[in-house]
Amino acid sequence: MGTQSATTSVYKWGMVIDQDLCIGCQACVTACVMENNISFVGEADAGYGRTMHWIRIERFWEGAYPDVKNTPFQPVLCQHCEHAPCEPVCPVFAAVHSLSQKTNLQVYNRCVGTRYCANNCPYQVRVFNWSDFSRPEPLSNMLHPDVTVRRRGVMEKCTFCLQRLLQAEDKASSDGRQLADGEVITACAQACPTNAIVFGRIDDPTSQVSHLAADGRAVHLLEDLGTLPSITYLKGGPSYGRNG
Amino acid sequence: MVATAEPLKQAHTVGAEDPHEHLMLDPKPRGEMNGMVMDAMHTTSWKFWVVAVFLGLIVLTCLLISWGYLIAEGLGVAGVNRPSFWGIFLVNTVYWIGISHAGTFVSALLRVMKAEFRRPFTRAAELMTTFGLIQAGFSIFMHMGRVWLAYWLFPYPNVRTLWPNFHSPLGWDFLAINTYLMASTMYLFLPLIPDLAMARDRSTGWRKVFYRILSLGFRGTEGEWTHLRTGMTIFAWAIIPVMFSVHTIVAWDFAAATRPGWSSTIFGPYFVIGALQSGIAAVGMVVVLIRATMKNMKYFIRPEHLDALGKLMLIVSMIWAYFFFNDYLVQWYGGDKFTQMLLEFHEKGPMGWMWFGMLICNVAIPFLTLWNKKIRRNPSMLFTIGLLINVGMWFERYIIIPVSLTINRMPFTWKLYFPRIEILLSIGTLAFFVLIYMIASRLIPLVPVWEVQEGQLAHGLRKVGKAEVKTVSEIE
Repeated sequence: MGTQSATTSVYKWGMVIDQDLCIGCQACVTACVMENNISFVGEADAGYGRTMHWIRIERFWEGAYPDVKNTPFQPVLCQHCEHAPCEPVCPVFAAVHSLSQKTNLQVYNRCVGTRYCANNCPYQVRVFNWSDFSRPEPLSNMLHPDVTVRRRGVMEKCTFCLQRLLQAEDKASSDGRQLADGEVITACAQACPTNAIVFGRIDDPTSQVSHLAADGRAVHLLEDLGTLPSITYLKGGPSYGRNG
Repeated sequence: MVATAEPLKQAHTVGAEDPHEHLMLDPKPRGEMNGMVMDAMHTTSWKFWVVAVFLGLIVLTCLLISWGYLIAEGLGVAGVNRPSFWGIFLVNTVYWIGISHAGTFVSALLRVMKAEFRRPFTRAAELMTTFGLIQAGFSIFMHMGRVWLAYWLFPYPNVRTLWPNFHSPLGWDFLAINTYLMASTMYLFLPLIPDLAMARDRSTGWRKVFYRILSLGFRGTEGEWTHLRTGMTIFAWAIIPVMFSVHTIVAWDFAAATRPGWSSTIFGPYFVIGALQSGIAAVGMVVVLIRATMKNMKYFIRPEHLDALGKLMLIVSMIWAYFFFNDYLVQWYGGDKFTQMLLEFHEKGPMGWMWFGMLICNVAIPFLTLWNKKIRRNPSMLFTIGLLINVGMWFERYIIIPVSLTINRMPFTWKLYFPRIEILLSIGTLAFFVLIYMIASRLIPLVPVWEVQEGQLAHGLRKVGKAEVKTVSEIE
């Protein structure tokens, strides 16, 4: 938590996920894995609840089996809460709040692996490096150079593609301007074929995310907990949960 | 009527309703008693060594090798997953801290309350505190993802001015457990000094050197006793709030989290009572074992003492039942959707047998058996009940940690937890506890012989009119 330099702009990043548009194709999951050097845990571990995806597509069935009415998809990733339950419980300050991006950070090098943050996350979006999972041949040469490769025993989670944000912010500030809307987006938003994921500044009232977040269909996940998430979900339109 | 003298007579026959029956009113000469304690310490049969070697092998394989494998491979070889990020390692941590509580409870609380029946087994209980805390420490280090960086939890000065987070209940826990470990070790050591001096005067060879170093030159002068008594009184009083705070803070690890079933304001006292429940039962087990296996112990530890411990177990079990009901009722009445699902999962889910087993072991069995004086006085019965209570309390912690973690607010992630290498490591920690206890029983006097002698000096029969009355007088 360094001091804020006067020239740095402060952005509040956020996301809108339209569940009426989501088709559950998992392109965002794949893009996230490639962007952020996420380990492949293999089938057995994945089946035992050890997937390490920072974003997951939850599929729900509404109604009992033969009479399934809807099968909505819900992509869930770190909600970047303003009042994040994961942060105060870390005994070594590995889970901290970024002052300049208004996101939750995870400092891999500081993490000692108590896993308290993961227990305390109501969204269950934190993933733990259970082992040093191996990367099969071509993938081992395809690591993103700007992203830390995590070792066993540390917690990790969605960073809102922090490396992209910092690069764009640096570029904009060296040009002496503010970031334009849509100039930087996360890997999941970039990969989404139906544009169900929209990323941008929620402190800018003219941005696309701000417009969408003001929609009548907008909800927050587990809003009653008072975590003030930065991600808004849109759902309940005519196409909600209709697949095919 | 004829029944004039009858009740008086009854009160003085040993048995029935005599409140002073545990006073050991058959004192032996000091020298003889010291000799008995020394004898108990020196006598080892081949069985002792067979058990010790067996336990040593278990410690080697199940604790050291398994732990090394766990550190080298990462927690993937354990059973933890999402959502059960915490598993048996923390169950064991809470369990062992609970065991360690009884030592202090039996010793310090009964000491300041002047409960005379405590005298012969305070040391046996205090040893459990220190050795139990060692196992708790092991368990929490096994739990950590990067245990080689555990020192980061210490508030030590460093160039990057990085400090531990004092907002985190785990940080409080770390400080509380360390405080308790140090305080309880001091508290174990102080009353040990006179006995070590006694042992020094009665040994030769390496033992003489060992006891001479440990007894700090204690000669038993008036001044030394005064200082020792002052020190013990201060520690006995000061350690009681420390003891309560430790398990309360352990409970806050759970109560301070935003999880259904955990955020309960009663968790603090509920955990303290749970700790006493398993701890006192464990004291009962240890006392029975010592009595059965060590020489001369039948003089020091008598059915009367088992009886008193049995009563204590019964009372604590009733308080535990009260707290459990209190916690359960309010959670259930609250009607929160996820808490409701969790409670249903406890009873009807795949681990329902454990939930009912917990209630049977912790409530039903003590209630149905410990009212009976014959059962309380029967060593093997008391041992069995103590064992069952410990199983029940371990189940309770298992239900609170991995079973409750199964149910969270994101149903998509629900997953049951199955332990893997944790089982080996649990056996390893238990074996290590028993092993160091066995070694300690041959190295330090397990009966605080000066305390027993002090008790026998203070206890006596006095004639009041025609009746003989058992009395306890203050020495200090």
